[in-house]
Amino acid sequence: MLYMIVRRFLWSLIVFTLVSVVVFTLVELLPGDAATAYLGRNATPERLALVRSELGLDRPAPERFVAWVGGILHGDLGTSLSQRQPVGDLVWGRLRNSLLIGLIAAVISIPLSLLLGVIAGLNRDRWPDSILSIISLISMSLPEFVIGTLLIFVFSLQFGLLPAVTIIDDTAPLNELLPYTILPVITLTLIICGYLLRIMRTSIIDALRSEHVQMAELKGLPALRVVLWHALPGALLPAVTASALVLAYMIGNLVVIEAVFNYPGLGTLALNAIQDRDLPLVQAIVLVLAGCYLLINLLADIITFMLNPRLRTLRAG
Amino acid sequence: MAAIPTTDGHHAAPNVLVTIWQNLRCSPSGSIGLLIVAAHLILAVISPWIVPHDPTAFDSQAILQAPSATYLFGTDHLGRDVFSRTLMGGQIALMVTMISIVISVAWGGLLGILLGLMGGWLDEAIMRLVDAIRAIPEMLFLLLIAGIVGTENGILILALGFLYGVEVIRIARSATLSVVAQDFVLAARARGESRRTIVLRELLPNVFDVLLVEGALRWSYMLLVFSALSFLGFGVTPPTPDWGVMIAQNRTTFGIAPWATFFPSCD
Repeated sequence: MLYMIVRRFLWSLIVFTLVSVVVFTLVELLPGDAATAYLGRNATPERLALVRSELGLDRPAPERFVAWVGGILHGDLGTSLSQRQPVGDLVWGRLRNSLLIGLIAAVISIPLSLLLGVIAGLNRDRWPDSILSIISLISMSLPEFVIGTLLIFVFSLQFGLLPAVTIIDDTAPLNELLPYTILPVITLTLIICGYLLRIMRTSIIDALRSEHVQMAELKGLPALRVVLWHALPGALLPAVTASALVLAYMIGNLVVIEAVFNYPGLGTLALNAIQDRDLPLVQAIVLVLAGCYLLINLLADIITFMLNPRLRTLRAG
Repeated sequence: MAAIPTTDGHHAAPNVLVTIWQNLRCSPSGSIGLLIVAAHLILAVISPWIVPHDPTAFDSQAILQAPSATYLFGTDHLGRDVFSRTLMGGQIALMVTMISIVISVAWGGLLGILLGLMGGWLDEAIMRLVDAIRAIPEMLFLLLIAGIVGTENGILILALGFLYGVEVIRIARSATLSVVAQDFVLAARARGESRRTIVLRELLPNVFDVLLVEGALRWSYMLLVFSALSFLGFGVTPPTPDWGVMIAQNRTTFGIAPWATFFPSCD
């Protein structure tokens, strides 16, 4: 199993290297470079030349790529053009804030949707199943910014319970940030549950039909024991993969959810960076988020290896 | 969700629509997608005839009015009729995403089939590249293109068409792999058919239904992504009515005129 994990880890590293190549090439292919983007209408040939030499943009692309990657390996992500600060300082603080809502949402929604999925699966086609199905259909077909806006309307404007948008500094300590995480977390939880619940429902229904579960039932084991010990372990496997998928989706749509609540995370930082045409900052954020995506998939695969007895006992070669 | 490929390479076409319909109906996300797309299509086709007001006309006498007989859904901060704007709001999104879907299924599908047929190091290399592109958050990719290059429809179409084509490659490739080992492909190879003929005449008809299902699902998803893009200010340019833009603009007056935000959300 260790061999499989190491192999899988190396694959992720290769893909991550490719990601950095793709991101770099993408930014290269865009019309203009960081200097023209930064100077905008104030660009004169002299100023362009000055900024280019300051940023090292006058060197050939492969050389700059090596320098960029070399910097990353030393923990230096470059310098932000709009904020005149090291990109690293900007990114890590924001990453903390994004991770905060991401982790809380994952910790709440994954167990919750597994539980609800099992309830729906066990009550197939009866009222608990129907209600959960309708809720998940609604949460899946509404765009996340609509869900967010509706939540703001209900909780902030009608009842005045929770802050609608974040109005504190992005470097605020975690305990001050917590009240502002509630609405984004609820939004994320609704979206994640809507999707995961359906997957879990299907896989528990499949598991209940399998021969070993029927055997356990025929042996006369208590129903709870049959579900927990015989049906659930098999049904969890697809749920792990689906969780990784939905978390990856969440990373992709971080921008939208954070923009709705003006939450000071990586998403809003990326949005501002794109509006300011701050290419070094955008490059770094894309790379960090892609890294998170690969990490989530890697973890999901490792958990799958450990949950699946056939893979767990697999020997090298 | 994967369709069972018919063993007969040449007579798959007539029942493709039936297969798609069955596939879509059976999967829950398929039926949602179908519903969303159908509702949007119907709306887009009939709305020019049924809108009561010009969706971009201002009425300074009727700013932020509550829903009434004249203005069914009320008016927004510029006195524009929310009902008309809601009806017309899907047109651009629908057009852009429809063209993007055709582009992405076309190039992604053909490349995927070709890779599935060829295999080898090129297949391996391109699939790793596909993995890398998939790791890039799609929203950031689209925002980057729209923010730097521009938010013209043509650019958005190309960006969406490229990004989702990458997803289609994987689907087309795996569908091809399940067909490529069958006897009729072997027979075609033995006959000495060119690679082009094998791709177009033998493989394409067999993965076609998978591609169409994928296209329909992606379409409904892409509509959501596109409206999010508009919401963030990088999709449809105001004053053209669009749901995402309308929700973003009317959020500021939400407290006094919830109708302006609420109705476009309910589509």
